[in-house]
Amino acid sequence: MGFDLLPILLSTLIAGTPLVYAGLGELITERAGVLNMGVEGTMVTGAVVAFAVALTTGNLWLGVLAAMAAGALLSLLFAVLAISFRANQLAVGLAMTIFGTGLGSYLGKPYVGMALVQDATQAGGGLAQLPVVGPLFSAIHPLIWLSWDYCSAAVWYFLARSRAGLALRAVGEAPTSAHAIGYPVVRIRYWATLFGGAMSGIAGAYMSTVYASLWTEGLIAGRGWIAVALVVFATWRPERCIAGAYLFGGATMAQLFAQSAGIGLPSELMSALPYLATIVVLVLISRDSSLMRLSVPASLGKPFNPQG
Amino acid sequence: MSIRFELRAQPSKTMVWLSPIMAIALTCCVAMVIFALAGLEPVSALATFIFSPLADLYSVGELLIKAAPLILIAVGLAIGFRAGVWNVGGEGQLILGVIFGGFIALTYGPTGGIWVLPAMVVGGAIGGALWAGIPAFLRTHFNANEILTSLMLNYVAQLWLSYLIFGPWRDPAGFNFPQSAPLAPSALFPTLIDGTRANASILIALVAVGLGWALMSKSFVGFQLKVTGLSEGAAKYAGFSAKRAVWIGMLAGGVAAGIAGVGEIAGPLGQIFPTASPGYGYAAIIVAFLGRLNPIGILFSGLLMSLLYLSGDVAQMSLGLPSSITGLFQGTLLFFLLTADVLIHYRLALEPARPLYRREASNGL
Repeated sequence: MGFDLLPILLSTLIAGTPLVYAGLGELITERAGVLNMGVEGTMVTGAVVAFAVALTTGNLWLGVLAAMAAGALLSLLFAVLAISFRANQLAVGLAMTIFGTGLGSYLGKPYVGMALVQDATQAGGGLAQLPVVGPLFSAIHPLIWLSWDYCSAAVWYFLARSRAGLALRAVGEAPTSAHAIGYPVVRIRYWATLFGGAMSGIAGAYMSTVYASLWTEGLIAGRGWIAVALVVFATWRPERCIAGAYLFGGATMAQLFAQSAGIGLPSELMSALPYLATIVVLVLISRDSSLMRLSVPASLGKPFNPQG
Repeated sequence: MSIRFELRAQPSKTMVWLSPIMAIALTCCVAMVIFALAGLEPVSALATFIFSPLADLYSVGELLIKAAPLILIAVGLAIGFRAGVWNVGGEGQLILGVIFGGFIALTYGPTGGIWVLPAMVVGGAIGGALWAGIPAFLRTHFNANEILTSLMLNYVAQLWLSYLIFGPWRDPAGFNFPQSAPLAPSALFPTLIDGTRANASILIALVAVGLGWALMSKSFVGFQLKVTGLSEGAAKYAGFSAKRAVWIGMLAGGVAAGIAGVGEIAGPLGQIFPTASPGYGYAAIIVAFLGRLNPIGILFSGLLMSLLYLSGDVAQMSLGLPSSITGLFQGTLLFFLLTADVLIHYRLALEPARPLYRREASNGL
């Protein structure tokens, strides 16, 4: 029994991790009052950049860093338009997705069909030598470990316990009051957006270098949008966001579960499951209008003009 | 000297139409930079990129046939966008049109008469409307964000079509390729211009432009939709139903995209492939904004976007660039458009650098 459960748990972890990164990044952005719907495009660009850099340099971490930079750069574009110029955030986010997807498929063209050879010893390091739990460490990629301690714990601590997190939440809930106290609303929103972009970049990097070890158009397949939906599902709380990420990760892997259980449903139906689950979950959360009113950052999607 | 953005007292009517032109010009500049980076002579490459798809009558036919679905979908989406309804599910609604229209074509095409094609168009419209109705229902009843739900349904629709083409609809005589059997002649649009592939689906797009214009500029419903889009509070005060606006906005896009889907299979392809749409549902969003959400404007922006699709093929064949450059330029165009649109509400003011206190004083109005 334990041996049957382990691969399922592992695959859920592996599939949920990009959603942890992208979801937490978007969560921080939205808690500052900025609705960035360009996660999908940022992930696509991040995936291509990471793959190209990792392939040419042979170093996975350089790829991840490059993807972070690319993601932050793209979201800087978003920030200039949506925060400084106060353009419609939905429209700019959509433009980001279309632009990022186009940029990704253009830059990625030469890399289609190439495979990234993973260095097996890179994952887990010395911990993989441990008895009993050793295989766990070799199977769980460092990027997954990082998503727990660096991301999840740090994001939770930042939002709930740190002074900067308080300022960020103040900016998202009541930008005018935050401005009156002296918080730099625009600057905080910029940083929150850049952070979200960098995290989407990591999520994309994870998809192309760890999850698939290759680049192909349609690799991201809506995971960026699922991440945006995930933040709603999480009612803007990081701990629920992580739980939700693994829930959706599990849904992505439903095909494997069904196969192993001998359920003969069409594979396309199983592949549609994460998207359908996203819709169902959105409906379940959104129907409770008082919960939504309490949870959503009050200024979400609304531009702020420091001149009043 | 410093440049400052000054809020205009009134949104600039000139900038509304100047902004797309600026965006196109800036995109051309970016295109030249990319061509130069790829080691091509920028100006002549741009000329090839723009003009070679228009070299002969056949190419013009191709331009029209690609513009038709883009215009049709964009007009439908624009009605929603005007009402503040964000239907980004055009792609999925188009695919539902392919599935519903394709079902009628494959089932009744070989034996049926001239009624098959009209039935396909109606079926496609119903399919698109059903798919658009889901986000509309979820929004009006459960307050679920229609952007996310309509987008998720795009992926579901694509998987549904893949299932059909790889499964029950696969052509037994098709050497195991993922494609349906060829559609019967009665299920195809008649050719409009001899020597080209331009067919009657172009007329449908023109009708849609007319209907869209009449609805948005001449009818009370259109007025209600626009008010709802501009200010939900004002609409509520006037007694205009926000739910009805969501339904009309979503269904307009769904019907248009569904019919466009039928146009794809009943057009030059004459067969159903899993990749029935080269992203028309997404490109139509750009077309709608570039055309200022105005059916007449969309007519022109649709032609431009169609040119961009054809230029992508040219880029691949004669410039040695990947055809995915089209997607890159589409995104760039939309970005520049949104940037230039800032100037509709703001003007650039050049002013000499002044000490802070004097600026405060001048702002004290």
